[in-house]
Amino acid sequence: MDGKRTLPLFSFFIIHPSSFILFPMDSLIRILRNNSAIPRADLARQLRLSEAEVSAKITKLEADGTILGYQAVINREQWDTESVTAVIEVRVTPEREGGFDRIANRIAGFEEVESVYLMSGGYDLLVIVDGRSLREVASFVADKLSTIEAVQSCATRFRLKTYKENGLLHALEEAPERLSVTP
Amino acid sequence: MSSSRIAAHVRDIPRSGIRDFFEIVQSMKDVISLGIGEPDFVTPWHIREAAVYSLEKGKTGYTSNLGLPRLRRSISTYVEKHFSVEYNPHDEIIVTVGVSEAIDLALRALLNQGDEVLYHEPCYVSYSPTISLAGGVPIAVPTRAEDHFTLRAAALEKAVTPKTRVLMLNFPTNPTGAVMPLDELEKIAAFAVKHDLIVLTDEIYSELTYDEVKHHSIAALPGMKDRTIFLHGFSKAFAMTGWRIGFACGPADIIEAMMKIHQYSILCAPIMGQEAAIEALERGGRSVERMREEYRLRRNFIVSYLNDAGIPCHSPKGAFYVFPDIRGTGLTSKEFSFKLLEAKKVAVVPGTAFGPSGEGYVRCSYATGMDQIKLAVERIADFVRS
Repeated sequence: MDGKRTLPLFSFFIIHPSSFILFPMDSLIRILRNNSAIPRADLARQLRLSEAEVSAKITKLEADGTILGYQAVINREQWDTESVTAVIEVRVTPEREGGFDRIANRIAGFEEVESVYLMSGGYDLLVIVDGRSLREVASFVADKLSTIEAVQSCATRFRLKTYKENGLLHALEEAPERLSVTP
Repeated sequence: MSSSRIAAHVRDIPRSGIRDFFEIVQSMKDVISLGIGEPDFVTPWHIREAAVYSLEKGKTGYTSNLGLPRLRRSISTYVEKHFSVEYNPHDEIIVTVGVSEAIDLALRALLNQGDEVLYHEPCYVSYSPTISLAGGVPIAVPTRAEDHFTLRAAALEKAVTPKTRVLMLNFPTNPTGAVMPLDELEKIAAFAVKHDLIVLTDEIYSELTYDEVKHHSIAALPGMKDRTIFLHGFSKAFAMTGWRIGFACGPADIIEAMMKIHQYSILCAPIMGQEAAIEALERGGRSVERMREEYRLRRNFIVSYLNDAGIPCHSPKGAFYVFPDIRGTGLTSKEFSFKLLEAKKVAVVPGTAFGPSGEGYVRCSYATGMDQIKLAVERIADFVRS
């Protein structure tokens, strides 16, 4: 899969949530979640393992679907000022067999959809959609999303500005000065 | 200007070795420093936010000499939970301007002129001068690399005299990262009882222990509470060095005596820091956990790298320092540190800054970002090779 390239700098990676319970690999996963671009040699030293052991563990996590991919966290306001992100609250009628899963997967299949979550509360699915323009997102909602039979309603909101994403602040903070030698 | 203007007991105190080194480092550009004894983390936001909120509410006045009652109650709860000793917030706890002030207060409250104080070495730079300034006689008890710089009761027995009044402990230790195994700590407690000593225990690094090592306070050992002054603060675990908040817990008569000095010299610790400290104790667990994990990974990295580079380095179980053995280079600690600084622009602190028994070692702090640590150890490895 082409998402498995290691990207420079502010990268994070996506893991399957069940891995927190199933694997005694907390430290490895924590480090990779913060910085998946870390060299294997550094990982090995930090975890007191050999490089080969680290590679084997990562390969295993990739193979069993715990690690789904590696992506860079991009400051969109710097890189692409045109594109828009919509956060859509979708109410759907669950199916007698399968509940929300089939409908959620059907929505998730669209390329425009970045994330889909099943939610508790006043609506059922939270759908995050990326588009090149307002018009593109509007057309996706009108033509694709809202016409799916089980979809009762969509409430679409647009993201105006990002302050923090995946644990990273978008405004770079200046490191405060420290004395160079202290007891 | 004649130096006789200065009181003799102050004049006689030698200039801190770390200070000379600091001035040279400050005068140079682009130095990577492993010489910093404070966390590189900024105080966690929830703590800073709580302090800002307290300012907005206008909390800007003096507090009780002993410190805010709510903070003392939080301290009491925290110490009981983490150290298994109960202190009454009413009269057994005093909030101070950092642990440094608490050490000073305790020594001044306890020592008569000429009383001897035992402390283990290498140690934090202020112990010996603070003892001298309080009229005491500092007696260093060297710890050994073979013991991973833990303190042996047998070594104390050799140093004790009828004039010994106080024993000072600091585990985990700055600069060695040493932690005390429980069985040896019990022997030291027995030693203190046998010689009727007061124990002053500075446990500022106690949250920062690694590899499933559980920190034990001597104050919690049977029969020790009444002869122990337990010192702790917020600087290290909560990354709050600049707030200057520490505290002492101990028998009411000693806390009362310390309070007498504190009320006339300091009055009270700053209220802003006290407000922030309440937040730290009540909700800081998660932040401490995150920082400790990061320190652990850095320690693993630095220890592994130095050993591979041929610089023997034990993996300490506490604090955020490693204390590698540089004797293989044929240089003294001071020569090593100055030459490394000159040749590679990396600052480490000579072991001798922490007492003569630190000769042959240097202190490297890993309270610095991983990228900086990596660059620094690469340069150290280069330096040792050449």
